[in-house]
Amino acid sequence: MFEYIVQQLINGISIGSIYALIALGYTMVYGIIKLINFAHGDVFMVGAFVGYFAAKAGLGLFWSLILAMAVCAILGVLIERLAYRPLRGAARIVILITAIGVSFLLENLGIYALGPQAKGFPEIVTKTQYTLFGDVTINSVQIIVLAVTVILMVLLQYVVHKTKMGKAMRAVSYDMEAARLMGINVDTTISFTFAIGSALAGAAGVVFAVMYPSVDPLMGIIPGLKAFVAAVLGGIGIIPGALVGGLVLGIVETGVSSAGFSLWRDGAAFAILILILIFKPSGLFGKNVREKV
Amino acid sequence: MLAVDNINVFYGAIHALKGVSLDVKEGEIVTLIGANGAGKSTILKTLSGLLKPTSGSIQFLGDTIHGRPAQQIVKRGLCHCPEGRRVFANMSVEENLELGAYLRKDKEVKSDLEKVYVKFPRLKERQKQLSGTLSGGEQQMLAMGRALMARPKLLLLDEPSMGLAPLLVKEIFSIIKEINESGTTVLLVEQNANMALSIAHRAYVIETGKIVLAGDAKELADSDEIKKAYLGG
Repeated sequence: MFEYIVQQLINGISIGSIYALIALGYTMVYGIIKLINFAHGDVFMVGAFVGYFAAKAGLGLFWSLILAMAVCAILGVLIERLAYRPLRGAARIVILITAIGVSFLLENLGIYALGPQAKGFPEIVTKTQYTLFGDVTINSVQIIVLAVTVILMVLLQYVVHKTKMGKAMRAVSYDMEAARLMGINVDTTISFTFAIGSALAGAAGVVFAVMYPSVDPLMGIIPGLKAFVAAVLGGIGIIPGALVGGLVLGIVETGVSSAGFSLWRDGAAFAILILILIFKPSGLFGKNVREKV
Repeated sequence: MLAVDNINVFYGAIHALKGVSLDVKEGEIVTLIGANGAGKSTILKTLSGLLKPTSGSIQFLGDTIHGRPAQQIVKRGLCHCPEGRRVFANMSVEENLELGAYLRKDKEVKSDLEKVYVKFPRLKERQKQLSGTLSGGEQQMLAMGRALMARPKLLLLDEPSMGLAPLLVKEIFSIIKEINESGTTVLLVEQNANMALSIAHRAYVIETGKIVLAGDAKELADSDEIKKAYLGG
């Protein structure tokens, strides 16, 4: 029984860390412009496709990841420039609806350009099982997912806390007007935030496709929504919250499946969303703050 | 140094500044006094680029600055220390001060940081503390220190005494005087007209978006009109 639980924890943490990578983008963008960027899951899908084509062209995992992150960073900046920036200062619901529009646009462009069928993802990582102890195993894909997540988290912590741009990001997300008075270029800072968040989603897309080896234009919807749940669970706008929210969600999901209710897996994720919104809308890490008027 | 000519500013349909003109000369402390909602903070926000005037012009050190983005104005040496301090409460005291020097690329940022700590020893003690945990007076010192980190030529101070105990108000005002004596020009907005007039060289009185009186600070402090309206007697 103990070994079974440890095994499920390993499985849960590996899928959870993918949710965490996507959730970071949601939470960073929300932190800075108070927008739930519903197109974020589709950026994840684009990342998976870039990884797919890179792998088909013979690139290894490392370069596929780098390429997917770069393309997604540019895509994220473009989405912000073209769709959200012209609406800066408009009511929040207007930008939210625009985000849903961008999401549909990316999905349908994907179907138009690439066809609706799922494509098998090339095997760029040889899957080997390692026995940890007893019956508990971990495979090479899970190890890679964990390694990618940990490396990106450390990099993100460094960027946010130690670099000038990271300080600017935190300043803008705390008080945009005061940040302007420091001489911070708010538009550049917002673009930078979209670039980082989208690059993380791109990386998540590639490792997701390595784990579940297939890609299709609608693959971003469910992981995107779950990452949104993870971000809300941890406290939207709070970076460590997204990490913890993603891991908790992954573990709960795997727990529900392994207890024999695998049909309820997605339901459990959304039940968490409903429960957290009823009982602690600010999330696990959030403080209750009054809305600024 | 600063010349504001006939600016008009609107908040939506509200005409907040109606043809305001004023000037500040190098080395001065100039104060803007007036009641709540008269438009004092609006003037400062327009100077620092947070608001754009619909007409009129603002010249700073020979450059036209109205309509420019805030970061370009800060770069020219006009720094605005806003009402209510607006420190970044989620960051440490030192990080706040470093953000003040955001646009500077020279090597003297570190030594300026030390100078700010000499001027405000209490900030040094709380260097690593989150600035949200500071008292009101300390936050005001932090906001002023942060503005000084940009090496301003003209410092705009908005209500530095707001919500502070009388002893602290005295301290803050003597620091403002020191800052001015070390070569920084100051434009000060205050509700505490008594204190403001006591350290300023010149003053403007603003009422419902218009300058209604201007002159030497001592003379204004002695005029009966001002005494009645703003000095409580």
